[in-house]
Amino acid sequence: MQNLLLGIPISTVVFLIPLLPFLGACFNGLVALMCRSGKAPVPKPLVTLVAVMMPVLAFALTVWLFFFAKDPATGFTTPPLWNWIAVDDFIAGISFKIDRLSLVMGLIITGVGSLIHIYSTGYMSHDAGYARYFTFLNLFLFAMLILVFAGNLPLMFVGWEGVGMCSYFLIGFWFEDPQKASAGKKAFIVNRVGDFGFLLAMFLIYKTLSQKGLTPGLGFLSFDTLERFRGDLFLVATPICLLLFVGAMGKSAQIPLYVWLPDAMAGPTPVSALIHAATMVTAGVYMIARLHFLYTLSPVAMEFVATIGVSTALFAALIAVVQSDIKKVLAYSTVSQLGFMFYAVGVGSFSAGIFHLMTHAFFKACLFLGSGSVIHGLHGEQNVWKMGGLKSKMPITAWTFGLSVLAIAGMFPFAGFFSKDAILFHGYVLGPRVLWVMGFLTAGLTAFYMTRVFALTFLGQPRDHHLHDHAHESPFSMTFALIVLAILAVVGGWVGVPESLHGNDLFFRWFAPLFPYQEFYEKIEHAGRGTELTLSFVTLLWAFHCALLAFVLYSQKLNIAKNLALKCPRVHQLLENKFYVDEIYQTLIVNPLGWVSDKVLWKFTDQKVIDSLFVEGTAQTMSLAGRTLSLLQSGAVQMYAILFAIGGLLLIAYFVL
Amino acid sequence: MILLSHYIVVSAILFSIGVIGVLCRRNALVIFMSVEIMLNAANLAFIAFAREHGGMEGQTIAFFVMALAAAEVAVGLGIIMAVFKKQGTIDLAKINFLKG
Repeated sequence: MQNLLLGIPISTVVFLIPLLPFLGACFNGLVALMCRSGKAPVPKPLVTLVAVMMPVLAFALTVWLFFFAKDPATGFTTPPLWNWIAVDDFIAGISFKIDRLSLVMGLIITGVGSLIHIYSTGYMSHDAGYARYFTFLNLFLFAMLILVFAGNLPLMFVGWEGVGMCSYFLIGFWFEDPQKASAGKKAFIVNRVGDFGFLLAMFLIYKTLSQKGLTPGLGFLSFDTLERFRGDLFLVATPICLLLFVGAMGKSAQIPLYVWLPDAMAGPTPVSALIHAATMVTAGVYMIARLHFLYTLSPVAMEFVATIGVSTALFAALIAVVQSDIKKVLAYSTVSQLGFMFYAVGVGSFSAGIFHLMTHAFFKACLFLGSGSVIHGLHGEQNVWKMGGLKSKMPITAWTFGLSVLAIAGMFPFAGFFSKDAILFHGYVLGPRVLWVMGFLTAGLTAFYMTRVFALTFLGQPRDHHLHDHAHESPFSMTFALIVLAILAVVGGWVGVPESLHGNDLFFRWFAPLFPYQEFYEKIEHAGRGTELTLSFVTLLWAFHCALLAFVLYSQKLNIAKNLALKCPRVHQLLENKFYVDEIYQTLIVNPLGWVSDKVLWKFTDQKVIDSLFVEGTAQTMSLAGRTLSLLQSGAVQMYAILFAIGGLLLIAYFVL
Repeated sequence: MILLSHYIVVSAILFSIGVIGVLCRRNALVIFMSVEIMLNAANLAFIAFAREHGGMEGQTIAFFVMALAAAEVAVGLGIIMAVFKKQGTIDLAKINFLKG
């Protein structure tokens, strides 16, 4: 590397990017520990300075790396800082892979992350756990950056687990509330199911490659090695990809492991924006894009990913239509949009998946922060039916929220339009038609439920006058992040304007060297611009009408909307209860598991076998034996002498006979 | 003709009488005498073997045993005296200092 920053080679500088948030976390962690239980006041300005400066610095470094580090399109892998694991031929080094994919992810994470840190300084200003909050938030950024920059699977797994851990800490941030604490546990446990698949996939890769007798220097699980020897994995590609996808299902909340994400809304709202919308939950999409060379080996796995993705998208969108908690709607919307991303990578359009990941990070973070601003302004109220008419009270929040709603609804020319269209177009050309229809329906539903939330929250008449009268706009630290994200939600899609709209398809061209699949580009080219334009137009029209319907229903004809719910109570209840998935899980998994744990593992195995039989049993056997033997010790010397004589006789008998 | 086996048998009988005396009698003094019988049974066997083989080792050991028996009597009688002073009896059935 001839590129230097202050005389330091790039391959060293990149390690600073995750290191900075880590240092911030260490500092704030110490502050939080020292100020625990109110012994000393939290030095808020200092905490804020460190907590915000570190992500901003990391962002600056990433930007520098992005624009000024002249790297070839396919990137480079840094030499390992040190070998983290070196056992026989299993080597995992602390090395980073820097290419366009990881840099785009790094920009999103540090950029959106910095904004959310700034926002949090306002949102959390009155919270007693101020320093603790920023410790976890910085730690999360560290783990997330490790995840995306990792140059091998084990290191990626470290980040993967790290973000899961921080997510657990932050969902259960207000752990005094048992419901919130258990939401954190739920997220952690469901994620563990997915991580199990991830681990198994790594074992399978290692086993397969180590049996081939290769001796790669960087270890079997580094991405470069995997790409070089992907041919050797051909036979096991399907199980590997499916197992990795199980990991992605957990982390990115796909059917059937999505149940934790709606509950994760128990955490502070900026956390929902950063972790459960913009960054962590997209890790699964990133992982598949990172391992595109493995996934393209297995059409079965790809089709599975696409099917699960689009099913999740439709399923979650249906649930989102009737939810009344503003954050729950956004949570299901996130699940749905993640489904879209998996649909994209599943049909082989990795760049479209990443594109949507990026635009989604902008508008969904903005939506979440907007909802946070509303909740902040209404002193904790989250029910949209108690809001209404807030536009006059909080204009900045309303405007930024509205722009993001337009973006997620896929309105032209907002960010969501371009990314969603790219996905639907590629899905139409490359995937089965039925999946496209489902995606198409979801696009309309998305427009519908987002407009519904917007109309119920900001438009119409105030439904709870007490709340409305006390509502106030949020401080500048919060609206600043909202404004920046709203601008990004508007212009963020312009980097990927397709050729059919006289754009230059910049995003896709830029990613093309990373995903060198000739077949893919030929098919897209073959489909032609006419098809793309028609599809865009039809989707736009469909989404527009859905949005219009929701707008009319929920801002003006609220009675009709309420009557509609009353007229088909079965459907409404089914949706309101989220298809009873939580109840099904409760009956099929949680209750039997609870029964086994209670009756078999605890009351029988632990209490009866281990406690009674092993622990007390051993003690009692010993004491019984002792008491029995002590009878022999009568103190009668002649009895001892008799025993002695018998022993002597037996010895003689043994030796003589 | 008196053979080695005759001496050994006598010695064994004496030893057995001694053992039974030690195990069964209650009076500590009698037990003491029984121990002496056992020692002398051993002495008889030593002497018999020494005569048979014509060596001096057996006779030497017999002398050692006699010296040891004398010393033992001195110590043993002392112990018995002490026990009698403390307990007022030398009936072993009534003495159980060693009971755990």
